[in-house]
Amino acid sequence: MVNTFTKSDPKSHYVGPGAVQEVVSRTLSVLVDNEPGVLARVIGLFSGRGYNIDSLTVTETEHEKHLSRITIITRGTPNVIEQIKHQLERLVPVHHVHDLTLEGRSLERELALIKISGRGENRIEALRLAEIFRANVIDASTEHFVFEITGRTSKIEQFIQIMTELGLVEVARTGIAAIGRGPSSL
Amino acid sequence: MARTMTGAEMVIAALCDQGVEHIFGYPGGAVLPIYDELFQQEKVKHVLVRQEGGAVHAAEGYARSTGKVGAVLVTSGPGATNAVTGLTDALMDSVPVVCICGQVPTHLIGNDAFQECDTVGITRPCTKHNWLVKDVNDLARVLHEAFYIAKAGRPGPVVVDVPKDIQFATGNYVGPSNIAHKTYKPRMKPEQTAVREAVDLLINAKQPLFYTGGGVINSGPKASQLLREIVRLTGYPITSTLMGLGAFPASDKQWLGMLGMHGTYEANFAMHDCDVMVAVGARFDDRITGRIDAFSPGSQKIHIDIDPSSINKNVRVDVPIVGDVAYTLEDMLRIWKSKTPQLDKAAHKAWWKQIDQWRAKKSLAYKNSRDVIMPQYAVERLYELTKDRDPYITTEVGQHQMWAAQYFRFEEPNRWMTSGGLGTMGYGLPAAIGAQMAHPKSLVIDIAGDASILMNMQEASTAVQFELPVKVFIVNNQYMGMVRQWQQLLHGNRLSHSYTESLPDFVKLAEAYGWTGMKCENPAELDDAIREMIDTKGPVIFDCRVATLANCLPMIPSGKAHNEMLLGDDVTEEEVEHAISEEGKVLV
Repeated sequence: MVNTFTKSDPKSHYVGPGAVQEVVSRTLSVLVDNEPGVLARVIGLFSGRGYNIDSLTVTETEHEKHLSRITIITRGTPNVIEQIKHQLERLVPVHHVHDLTLEGRSLERELALIKISGRGENRIEALRLAEIFRANVIDASTEHFVFEITGRTSKIEQFIQIMTELGLVEVARTGIAAIGRGPSSL
Repeated sequence: MARTMTGAEMVIAALCDQGVEHIFGYPGGAVLPIYDELFQQEKVKHVLVRQEGGAVHAAEGYARSTGKVGAVLVTSGPGATNAVTGLTDALMDSVPVVCICGQVPTHLIGNDAFQECDTVGITRPCTKHNWLVKDVNDLARVLHEAFYIAKAGRPGPVVVDVPKDIQFATGNYVGPSNIAHKTYKPRMKPEQTAVREAVDLLINAKQPLFYTGGGVINSGPKASQLLREIVRLTGYPITSTLMGLGAFPASDKQWLGMLGMHGTYEANFAMHDCDVMVAVGARFDDRITGRIDAFSPGSQKIHIDIDPSSINKNVRVDVPIVGDVAYTLEDMLRIWKSKTPQLDKAAHKAWWKQIDQWRAKKSLAYKNSRDVIMPQYAVERLYELTKDRDPYITTEVGQHQMWAAQYFRFEEPNRWMTSGGLGTMGYGLPAAIGAQMAHPKSLVIDIAGDASILMNMQEASTAVQFELPVKVFIVNNQYMGMVRQWQQLLHGNRLSHSYTESLPDFVKLAEAYGWTGMKCENPAELDDAIREMIDTKGPVIFDCRVATLANCLPMIPSGKAHNEMLLGDDVTEEEVEHAISEEGKVLV
């Protein structure tokens, strides 16, 4: 087991009022037994201890072993992030917690379904922009489109913002799925 | 070897296989099949409590006085919800408890059935882990896993929720062997480089201090022995948290007394001024640290803990060591001995000289009285007159609890049971019942407050039924003393609802339950009265009427540092009322 504690440098001491830490965003990948209540344990830990969840995605990823992968985007000072990881590791059904941000640049993707409603010029413009963003049309009528778009969160945010002007009526997003780069696995 | 039996039979079989001799519980509709099996066997003795909360505290007292897992059996709905306070208490104080709950049959779950509640949902944040068993063939494995989780690593409470149809269903029973847990494998043996680093720091320390906690007790009697060995080998001073009392003998000259909010002057000043601190199975709780940014500012910190999440949680440390206390101390001792270290003797002499100056403040001194029993005096006398009997002490929560921690001196581990983390009033009487159950021949005393004792008074009836000669020593000042003290400190001495106007006559109350009732209000008669209490065969309530307005001192006011203590002997009422700053007032 690797030592997962970050060391304070120079030697010692608590983080005093003079040493305010910056809040950072981290992508955590949590491998858990897919048993009843496991998601509630993870979410309850975050709400109970006052941690943030910016995004959360969960589904069973290894069916024969009943393992689920929970991808959590969280925010906090490095101390808080360290606590979050250790608290998660303390949960009985948790196998591993990986800090994908810390372990190297991770690939992060999100999928969104976006409904545009309207007629005329805006409708054509929406379709044209969807092509630029490589969004697929997965449902359409003379009065609407449903686009499917995949990408980094920033791209999806941008697409949604543009579509707001062109008759956006509804958005559904999956939250982020993340994986480390390179040949090795968790 | 699998055997076929009903779920209810499996519960008893699993308890037997886990070596459970006593289970504390209360029957109800959803656990009747298990109670029927209990009735038909003699291996597991059931202790009928009077409310489920008492069952969990009793199991806690049992567990902490023996080092074994405490077992609880309650029914669904209110049975389970009544257990919640005890479970939270056990979680905060790391006490191993397995609580088996009945549940409505699986087909009724979610239907708002009679006495249904979402037990696993409610107890998820207040247990180490919990299970709802939906297949009888999982039941035996889950029960064995429950005992493993409760005691492995940092101990804690677990809940196994068993629907009534599962108790009736027939399935295969498996024994406890070969139940390897696939995810929960706490690290017992520490990383050697960290241990070496810690020993080097200790060897080179000029003003060292051991700061020990409940983790030493939880690690087992060997950990306490090793702690004594290393403290004596190094010659360094030692202090402890409330939960760690007894791991190191209070009569030893290296002992500084408890530290923290109501700790001794010498312990807190040593903590503030030390240059190397070894935290052993302690968690830097806010009662210990006081103002966090002024906590032991000049020290390099070594932290030994079996729970990685305890490390760097409140206070950043320099040498984190994840591992069991006994294993780690064993390694430290071995490495220390292999080095034949050259210590800075001159520095250590100066450090002890400084400590002796702090000791000379006599922070636990108080003004005694001839007319009225001072609460400190009451505990002091109780200690003096019982210390040769190796007593087991439990407490409720409040001033009397702190006085007990200050004036009762513990020589051995597992003798001191108190609600430290959660601060549960009503803990002491059921915990004493649990401890007495485990040690039927020993003297077990609940040092109680007049308000706390009423919170689980009903358990007096349990003591009678099971012939448990527990002694309840009520330090009766007629106030919720600690609340009153804080109202004086924070709220202009406006004593909002902290005076119990209509306390019962405790002597008559004792007699109503079939106990012996005693009362004492004269300091001159106190010793004889205590002796009489000890010599009385059955359970006794001792109503010790003490000074009503005594404050529990010394004290580090909230928001203050260790070197800003309020001392008992020279503090005026006005100083008490202005001790806490505006920022300190929002703290608890």
